[in-house]
Amino acid sequence: MEEVKGRQVTTLYLLPQKGKLPVADRQLIERKIAENVYRLKAPKKNLCTDTTAKVPSSNPGQPGQVHQHDIAIVGGGMVGMALACSLASMLLTKHLSVAIIDSNPALFNGVGVKKEGTPDPRVSTVTPATISFFKDIGAWKYVEDNRHAYFDKMQVWDYTGLGYTRYNARDVNKDVLGCVVENRVLHSSLLSCIQSTDFPKTIYPSKLMTLHQNSSSMGVGSTSSASPSCERGHPVKLDLSDGSSLCAKLVVGADGSKSRVRELAGFKTTGWNYSQSAIICTVEHSVENHCAWQRFLPAGPIALLPVGDNFSNIVWTMNPKEAADRKVMNEGDFLKDVNYALDYGYGPHPRSSTLGNGGIFSWLKPDVTLSANESFEVPPKVVKLASERMAFPLSLMHANNYASKHVVLIGDAAHTVHPLAGQGVNLGFGDASSLSRVIAEGIAVGTDIGEVSLLKKYEAERKLENIAMMAVLDGIQKAYSVDFGPLNILRAAAFHGANYISPLKRSIISYASGEQRLPIFS
Amino acid sequence: MASKLPNQLRALYASTTRHRLLSPRFPNLNEVFRDLLLGSNGRLFSDAPSPPQVSFSPSTPVPPPSGPNTSAPSSLNQKELVEFFASAETWWDSEGPFRPLHAMNPTRLAFIRSTLCRHFGRDPCSPRAFEGLKFVDVGWCGGILSEPLARMGATVTGVDAVEKNIKIARLHADLDPLTSTIEYCCTTAEKLVEEQRNFDAVISLEVIEHVADPAEFCKSLAALTVANGATVISTINRSMRAYATAIVAAEYILHWLPKGTHQWSSFLTSDELVLILQRASISVKEMAGFAYNPLTGRWSLSDDISVNFIAYGTKTTSE
Repeated sequence: MEEVKGRQVTTLYLLPQKGKLPVADRQLIERKIAENVYRLKAPKKNLCTDTTAKVPSSNPGQPGQVHQHDIAIVGGGMVGMALACSLASMLLTKHLSVAIIDSNPALFNGVGVKKEGTPDPRVSTVTPATISFFKDIGAWKYVEDNRHAYFDKMQVWDYTGLGYTRYNARDVNKDVLGCVVENRVLHSSLLSCIQSTDFPKTIYPSKLMTLHQNSSSMGVGSTSSASPSCERGHPVKLDLSDGSSLCAKLVVGADGSKSRVRELAGFKTTGWNYSQSAIICTVEHSVENHCAWQRFLPAGPIALLPVGDNFSNIVWTMNPKEAADRKVMNEGDFLKDVNYALDYGYGPHPRSSTLGNGGIFSWLKPDVTLSANESFEVPPKVVKLASERMAFPLSLMHANNYASKHVVLIGDAAHTVHPLAGQGVNLGFGDASSLSRVIAEGIAVGTDIGEVSLLKKYEAERKLENIAMMAVLDGIQKAYSVDFGPLNILRAAAFHGANYISPLKRSIISYASGEQRLPIFS
Repeated sequence: MASKLPNQLRALYASTTRHRLLSPRFPNLNEVFRDLLLGSNGRLFSDAPSPPQVSFSPSTPVPPPSGPNTSAPSSLNQKELVEFFASAETWWDSEGPFRPLHAMNPTRLAFIRSTLCRHFGRDPCSPRAFEGLKFVDVGWCGGILSEPLARMGATVTGVDAVEKNIKIARLHADLDPLTSTIEYCCTTAEKLVEEQRNFDAVISLEVIEHVADPAEFCKSLAALTVANGATVISTINRSMRAYATAIVAAEYILHWLPKGTHQWSSFLTSDELVLILQRASISVKEMAGFAYNPLTGRWSLSDDISVNFIAYGTKTTSE
């Protein structure tokens, strides 16, 4: 361990103090004194000054050199890159030196996405709020250059055939309800966006191994006494798997649901596994699809999302055994199952309403939305399987805290949700947007960006919204996991209510689009 | 953590007694610290309806200095160092006993940023908006205000009459290269005037209510400001609402501040402050109040100057 000498000096001084100091205070004092003594006794070390990494994709991985950055984003996926782009787009933050740590070779080589070919099954539905965030940071134009599919209609129903709801973007005077984009397109758009600016970022093609705050170690393994430490003002040291190290004022954990940053920083989580897995794949129709379809089946919902051209994406949630079976069964049987699930399987079609026949809601006629008059439609038939089938287990997870001293979590590292409403990555983009704004506000008034009070502002803002959304999604998931007569009728009533009570429908659309922040107080 | 505070403040006061000679103009400041350390034992030094100009009486009881204080202010006694670090950690802990001050800090800085950027014609969207300007922070905030100002690019001098505060501020500022350029002086505003120092902006927050002679203090601040420079002062208004919130609620109910920190009679109303600043040839251009939202625990700027308020003025060049 470095500064062993300093530590021994302090232990002697602390013993005669009156009473025992709490461990945390003792460590703090040790740390500070060790720093001071080290500074007094050790000769001035010429620490690495290679901080101005203005050249993108420079190769920094050299053991022995410690680079200093302002922010280290661990995880260069969609949400991590969105944060970097957002920081690059604001005047107050575009001078910050950012390190992005991700071993994905695509980041380092800047490989583009082929525009032709079949769509990748990993897609995300981006809400209008996310679309405007992308437009603000200047990345949406790159998305529009690639395959993307706006949709303005949505139909939700279940297997009982007792009710259905149709949503239309014109109900809220908008053009689109959302856009379905492949994840790799989103990612490469963000990458292109940031490459087009002269933002001082450095990409480290490596994995995070340990995190050290000042001289107290938080990770597995320890640094040798020969390794140089961080300059003043950069209190967190990150050691990477290729042997290089870097120092930062703030570490952002954007490394997904199995976040290493979350583990190293000791954030506790709450959550549970859903006893469900999701199968995703790309399918083809004979006609174009412009509507998003979701049918709740006894084992879980099946969603059909338009992806562009004649392709659609399937997200089918079911119990893990069936998922394993369906993943390997032959194509023809699988397609038959899919069409069965979307069409007449498990139950009848709902009776569609004719004009004005809203049943008990007919007195709301003057205020009825456009989509309330639309009749039930059957989704387009799936004719071909266009990609391999992938299966993922589903779970709910929420970190109890998003921020601690010098460390903050965003995206899936902080929360994961059920895919039934396509909200997961949108929550992550919301986190990135909020964090970058909070950092900008902090810099405007000279705050140190690693300070807990600043990071807690971000946490307070996002926690409430994320928990509200998770509660809604979990509630829906639980409501649909039980097949019980009276509950089915209640669900049918909910469908009818959502379809015909216009203020409720508008509220649901606003909330799902990200325009309304909390489900109740509009 | 609450039990550490009287011990630290006792040690803090002990070091201030030796500096009484150096700071004849700030007798009330020493009284404040004595109040801070004795107040928690229940004894209040409070002649409530006394006039603002209370002269420091040497006959008031004073505890003997304790602790192994060094004779030379600049030597680094290890044991003192440990104490200072402990104080610094408490001081700078945004969730610790100085939490209300930390919570209010960004709001005060937002006002300072917007008014001074406008005054000096700087771009508020630039991260180092005050580059090249000389600021002085007169007060006992331990660097809580000086450090953000230094990060915003200003060349900051921090002034405090209490040696210990200066040492703590110095130790904390040295942790970050951006703030280690701050110059801390253990002196008074009057002494700086005698040294003929000048600054582009003079900032003194939450000090004037602890000063014996506010008019003289304002004259010193004005003398430190260059022609067409800016002066920013914040204090608490002498109103009934301020009595209810800043004294009764903050000291007795919520225990944000030790009892006896503030004397209602030494508060200035906003009109009085404007008047004494005018007499010191500073014309007040803008004033804003601070409002606290108990639900979110955050402060914000408001038009309500009946409790905490901050005033920005410019030095007129007529005299």
